Amino acid sequence: MTKKNLIVIGNGMVGHKFLECMIAKGATDDWNLITFCEEPRVAYDRVNLSGFFAGKTAADLSLVEPGLYQTHNIQIYIGDKVDRIDRTSKTITSANGVTVNYDKVVLATGSYPFVPPIKGKDAAGTFVYRTIEDLEAMSAYAKSCKVGVVIGGGLLGLECANALKNMGLKTHVVEFAPRLMPVQVDDAGGKVLKEQIEGLGVRVYVNKSTTEIVNKNGNVHKMLFADGSELQTDMIVFSAGIRPRDELAKVCGLQVGERGGIVVNEVCQTSDPDILAIGECALYRDRIYGLVAPGYTMAAVAADHLCLPHSNSFNGADMSTKLKLLGVDVASFGDAFGRTEGAKEIAIKDAIKGTYKKLVLNESGSLLLGGILIGDASAYGNLLQLVQNAIALPPHPEDLLMLPRESSSFSMGVESLPDTAQICSCNNVTKGQICSAIQDNGLTDIGSVKKCTQAGTGCGGCVPLVTDLLKAELKKAGIEVKNDLCEHFAYSRQELYSLIRTHQIKTFDELLERHGKGRGCEICKPAVASILASAWNDYVLTPFHAGLQDTNDAFLANIQKDGTYSVIPRIPGGEITPDMLIVIGEVARDFGLYTKITGGQRIDLLGARVDQLPLIWQRLVDAGFESGHAYGKALRTVKSCVGSTWCRFGVQDSTGLAIAVELRYRGLRAPHKLKSAVSGCTRECAEAQSKDFGIIATENGWNLYVCGNGGIRPQHAQLIAEDVDQETLIRYIDRFLMFYIRTANRLERTATWLNKLEGGIEYLKQVIINDSLSICAELEAEMEYQVATYACEWKTTIADPEKLQRFNHFVNSDAPDPSLMHMEERGQVRPASEQERQLIQG
Amino acid sequence: MQITSTTETIAQWLTVCPLSRIIPNTGVCALVEDQQVAIFRVGEEIYAIANYDPFSQAYVLSRGIVGDRQGVPKVASPIYKQNFNLITGECFDDETVRVAVFPVRVMYGQVQVGIEA
Repeated sequence: MTKKNLIVIGNGMVGHKFLECMIAKGATDDWNLITFCEEPRVAYDRVNLSGFFAGKTAADLSLVEPGLYQTHNIQIYIGDKVDRIDRTSKTITSANGVTVNYDKVVLATGSYPFVPPIKGKDAAGTFVYRTIEDLEAMSAYAKSCKVGVVIGGGLLGLECANALKNMGLKTHVVEFAPRLMPVQVDDAGGKVLKEQIEGLGVRVYVNKSTTEIVNKNGNVHKMLFADGSELQTDMIVFSAGIRPRDELAKVCGLQVGERGGIVVNEVCQTSDPDILAIGECALYRDRIYGLVAPGYTMAAVAADHLCLPHSNSFNGADMSTKLKLLGVDVASFGDAFGRTEGAKEIAIKDAIKGTYKKLVLNESGSLLLGGILIGDASAYGNLLQLVQNAIALPPHPEDLLMLPRESSSFSMGVESLPDTAQICSCNNVTKGQICSAIQDNGLTDIGSVKKCTQAGTGCGGCVPLVTDLLKAELKKAGIEVKNDLCEHFAYSRQELYSLIRTHQIKTFDELLERHGKGRGCEICKPAVASILASAWNDYVLTPFHAGLQDTNDAFLANIQKDGTYSVIPRIPGGEITPDMLIVIGEVARDFGLYTKITGGQRIDLLGARVDQLPLIWQRLVDAGFESGHAYGKALRTVKSCVGSTWCRFGVQDSTGLAIAVELRYRGLRAPHKLKSAVSGCTRECAEAQSKDFGIIATENGWNLYVCGNGGIRPQHAQLIAEDVDQETLIRYIDRFLMFYIRTANRLERTATWLNKLEGGIEYLKQVIINDSLSICAELEAEMEYQVATYACEWKTTIADPEKLQRFNHFVNSDAPDPSLMHMEERGQVRPASEQERQLIQG
Repeated sequence: MQITSTTETIAQWLTVCPLSRIIPNTGVCALVEDQQVAIFRVGEEIYAIANYDPFSQAYVLSRGIVGDRQGVPKVASPIYKQNFNLITGECFDDETVRVAVFPVRVMYGQVQVGIEA
C-alpha cells in the first residue's frame, strides 16, 4: 500500500503536538508526514518565552526531542512557509518553490500579534512579542534603552513587562481597557493586580488610549494619549492581542470567520473535509482559543480523526488559567464573571496582604461555578476540582477563602469527595456505599466497616481513606472520635512515640505492660516495631521484635499473593555496574525467579520461596549487595537522572547526590514507606515532585520539595527550600524526616500528614528551616544516631544460623511448600492460579 | 498447657518440634500427614489451625501476626489481613468462613499435634 501524504503547515507548539500524537498512534505507517516551519527553528515553548530573558537558550525552550522527526521519517522544511494551497490539484507550494501533493492538510499556522493602527507604529524601537527572533531583536535594542513601554495589559503583556523589567528597563504598561487582564479578571481584581504590580516597580496605566508614537530621528521617542497626556520612552512592545493566521485559508477559499479564524467543526475539519485546522488559527463556534491547552486538545482530536474518523471530538475548552505574572499569582477559572443566571458572588479583598479572592456560586450557594484569585492562588487546584466535579460546598463557602489551610483540608479530605467517588478500587466500593453502611448499621470501628462493605479488604491501600470516612461520619453523628491506635493502646502513634522515647522503652512487651492491655494485634505490633526501629534501630528480627513484624519485615522480603516473596537488592540512585547486573541476572536464573524493573530504578526478583531467601541473599551479599528494604515501611529508593555528568542539560550531579542521600537514609524506618528522587535540572526527569522528598538541581544549588505522593491520591510535593547547598539540604532532610517520624499517624504518608498539619507547608517551613519549635538539634541528633547504627539486615541474618531456621517452610521437614506451582508466561514464571493448581494436581 | 481438643478421638500425637523452636508470639508451619498446620505460641498458650488462607488461597497463616481481639486469641492473615479466631478457626471478618482447628499440646517441652482416628 502506498502511503498517503499529510502536510502539516506550521511547526509551532500545536503543530508539533499534532505530529507527536500521530507518532504515538503509529500513524507513520500509513502517512508520509511533511511539515513546513516558517521560523528558522523547530517548535519551542512559546508559553515560557520570558524564560529566554531569565537565561534560557533557544535549545532549552525547544519542544522537539533531537532526532525525533528523523526517527519517524517526518520531513521538515525549516525556514520555509507554504504560500499556496491548490485544492483542485491537491498540491501545496512553498515560498522556496517546493510543491507537494497532499491527501490531507493540517493548518497549524497559529496567530500573529495584533498591532493597533496607531500613527508612528513603525518607528525603530517598536516590537512585538511572539518569536525568539522578536526577543533577540528586543534584547539587542534594549541595550541602549532606559525606558520601555508595553502596550496591552493582558496576560502576554504582563509577561512582556516582566521581560523588560528583567532587562533593567524602567517599565510601563499601557492598557486601553479599564483594568489589567480584562479577559480573565474583574474590576476589583484588576485593581489589586495593578497595585501589586506597581509595588514591584512597574508603572501601570489603564483606560489609556495611545493616539500617536512620536519619533526622533526615526527612533521611538514618546507616546501621546487620547487624554492629552504623554510618556517618554525608548522602546515600545505591542501586546494588544492576537489575530489568527488565516491568510492561506482565505486565499484558497476556505470559510473564515467575520473577524478572522478558519472555521472548523468538532473534528477540526475546515469547510474542505481534506483540510483541517488546529490551534490559534482555528475558529470553533465563533471562538478562537488562545491558550495552548485547547490547542493541544485540538491536535489530539485531529490526529484521532485522521486515524479513525469521528473517534474523538472537540467541544470547546475550559479557559481556566493560573499564572505567576511578575511574581504575582493570578488565577481565573470557570464562570469567573458570574455570567450564569442567578449566580452570586463572595469576594474578599485583603489590602494588607494584597490579595483578592472571589468565588462565583450558583443561585442557591451550593455549588461553585468559578472564581478569580489574585495575589495568592494556592487554592486554585482545589477550587477548580470543586467546579469540575460539581462538589457540594460546605455550609459556609466563604471559609474556602478565609482560611486557606482549612479550605484545602476541606477539599483534599474525604468529605469533599462526591458519593460516587470510588474509594476501594479492588472491590469497587464507593464513598456513598461506605457512608450509608456506617450510618445504617451504626458502625464504629474500621473492622466492621471492612466486613460490611468489603472496602479495604483487597490491597488495603484505601484503608486510611476508609478510616477517615469513618471518623468523619462518627464526628457528624456526634460520636467522640478517638485517635487510639487500636483496642490495646489508648494512645495515638504520636503519643506512643513520645512515650517510647521519654521512658526509653525498648520492647513491645514493656510498652504493653506499662501503657496498654491485652496481647496486641496486627495493627499495634508493626506500628510499635516501627517506632522502636525509628528510635533505637535494633535489628528487627531479634526474638523480642520478631513477632511484631508484618510478614514482609519478618522475612525481610515482600510477600506475594501465592505466599512466595520478592527480593529487591539496593541499587543506590539506580546506578549499577554491568558486573553487578550480571550477578542479579545469574541469581534470578539460578533460582528460577521472575524479574521486573521497578518504578524506583531497581530490579525485583519474584517468586522466591521462603527457604530460598537466605540462599539468594548469600549470593547477593557475597557480591556486595545490601537489603533494599523494599519490604519495610522504610526509605525505599532515591531515583535519579544521569545529571550533569552525562546529560547536556544537567546542571548538577544528581546521580551522585541520589546515591549519597540513599546511603544516608537506607534502612530508616518510618510510619510509612518513603520515596525520594533527585533531578539534575528543571526538566525533572527523575520525577522528584511526586516523592516524599524530592530534590531538583538549580544553577545555584538544590531545591527541596516535600510531601509529594503518587499512589491512591496523587499530590505534588511542595517547595520548602530553594538554592541550598548540599550540606544545608541534608540538614533540612534530616529534620524533615525525623519530624515526620515523630508526628505522623500509623501508615500515614507524608502527603496526608502535611494535609492534616495545621498551618500546612508554611508551618512546616517554620519548624524545619526556622526551628520555631527549637527541636532541630534533637531531630538532627536522632538522625545521626540512625545513620551511625545502620546495618544491612540481610547481612546480619545470614550470619546467624539460628535466625535461618525460621526460613524453612515447615518446622519439621526440609520440603518446600508443596502447593507452590508456577506457569510460564512470556518466557518467565508466574504463580499458577487455583484452577491451574488443581488441574496440575489432578 | 491447655489441650484444645478432647483426647478421646486422638489416635496419635505427632511430635513436631521443641517448643523453643517457636519464638514467643509467633507461628510456625508443620507438615502433619500431608496437611499443612499452622502452630502458634501466644503467651503461655499454644494453638493449631490450618495453614491455608481461604482468602488468598495460599498456605501462609503461620506467618501472620498473632494477638487478641477482646481477649480472644487470633491471627491476621499476612496477605489480606483477615483475622481468624485461634480457638475456633472462625474468621472475624466473614462469619461464613472458618478454617480447620487441630488438637495440639506441649509434652516434655515438645509440641505435638493430635491426629484423629
